[in-house]
Amino acid sequence: MGKVITIAKKDILFELRTKRLLPGVLVFALLAIVIFNFAFAASLETIRLLTPGILWVTFAFAGILGLNRSFALEMEDGCLEGLMACPVSREVIYLGKVLGNLIFMLSIEVPALLVFGFLFNIAVFSLQLLAIVFLATLGFVAVGTLFSALAANTRARELVLPVLFLPLVIPVMISAVNASGLALSGESWSSLASWLEIIAAFDVIFLVTSVLIFNFVIEE
Amino acid sequence: MKMLPKTLLLGGSFALMLTALCVIFLYVPTEEVMGVGQRILYIHVPVCWLAFFAFFITFLGSAVYLWRRANSWDTIAYSSAEIGIVFTTLALVTGSIWARCVWGVWWTWDARLTTTVVLWFIYLAYFIVRFSVTEEWRAARFAAVVGVVGFIDVPICALAIVLWRTHHPGPVIFEGGLTATMLMTLLLSLAAFTALYILLLWMRASLKDDEDEVKRLREVG
Repeated sequence: MGKVITIAKKDILFELRTKRLLPGVLVFALLAIVIFNFAFAASLETIRLLTPGILWVTFAFAGILGLNRSFALEMEDGCLEGLMACPVSREVIYLGKVLGNLIFMLSIEVPALLVFGFLFNIAVFSLQLLAIVFLATLGFVAVGTLFSALAANTRARELVLPVLFLPLVIPVMISAVNASGLALSGESWSSLASWLEIIAAFDVIFLVTSVLIFNFVIEE
Repeated sequence: MKMLPKTLLLGGSFALMLTALCVIFLYVPTEEVMGVGQRILYIHVPVCWLAFFAFFITFLGSAVYLWRRANSWDTIAYSSAEIGIVFTTLALVTGSIWARCVWGVWWTWDARLTTTVVLWFIYLAYFIVRFSVTEEWRAARFAAVVGVVGFIDVPICALAIVLWRTHHPGPVIFEGGLTATMLMTLLLSLAAFTALYILLLWMRASLKDDEDEVKRLREVG
């Protein structure tokens, strides 16, 4: 566990020192929200219906941008070789990268949610919505980290990741959008339960599968 | 490759398919409610079954390939994925024709249709990954990872889609029972298409072996 945190810390430190990615992706997420506003000519009445969709499309696309760089950075200057030469197992490398990406994505999503609530006059922060955001983001990064490592070794890296990532996260997308809709209209936890269960099942299944299979992606 | 079993399989598959087609178009009675359009069921159901079965074989082939690293498993996985994508496309096309006949629309976001189209996208990604890696050994390994992960995604996806659909009721799929003759016709057609799948897999796999051999010889020369 300590080693997992060390690897995640390396990624966070790198980001804090270079500021290469976070500001850009955050601006992208905010721009996406603004563009959606024009695309739907959203009034305050319709925005309630559109909110879950806008939020999750924005998060998925911002996620792809961030995840694309996650392993692309490691390909520079032989960083990946250095990482693989570390006395840790491949599973630890995967989990470390997952943790790093999770923190990265959450630090995009929370400010984006704040701005969204401010712009459209919606109370977005509730325990329910935060739980949905956390679980769904974990699902995104579980699959995304695996495919980021895979895409980094292909020719059309920027294309391969979304083409792989988007169809695979459809269950998370469907569940997160529906659960967010329910949460925003003030439904109880029990009406959200079946959606949260699907996202949680997805998280567990893909974390376990990816831990088992990650080794085959980065071995050279 | 041994010629005799292949010839037998080719002949058997041809005879079965011909019989199935005769039965579908000449023998089985026309369904009362849906009319002649219902006959596409005898093609559509076997095609759907093969779409899923082919990807299941890809999943098995990919998993064993990652475990054992024998090229023959990759050949099976790849060949089956190719056949699977063709049959998934056919399933979507025949399904659309049937839907137009019975529901009056080409497409609806029904649970089964949606799951099939997601499956189609996942395996398109399988080929995109495969073709965007230059080295053959790495392409095979990456494709195997997608073959395994993609197949695991299908049941969760189906679950989410079914739950999502119950919130948006769509047209109800024809739920009547099949008569004995209809069931017989369907089973015959299923057998014919499964035989065709085995034949196609065999032929595609031996073709891929030849392709790899040519590639190897080129590199040596």
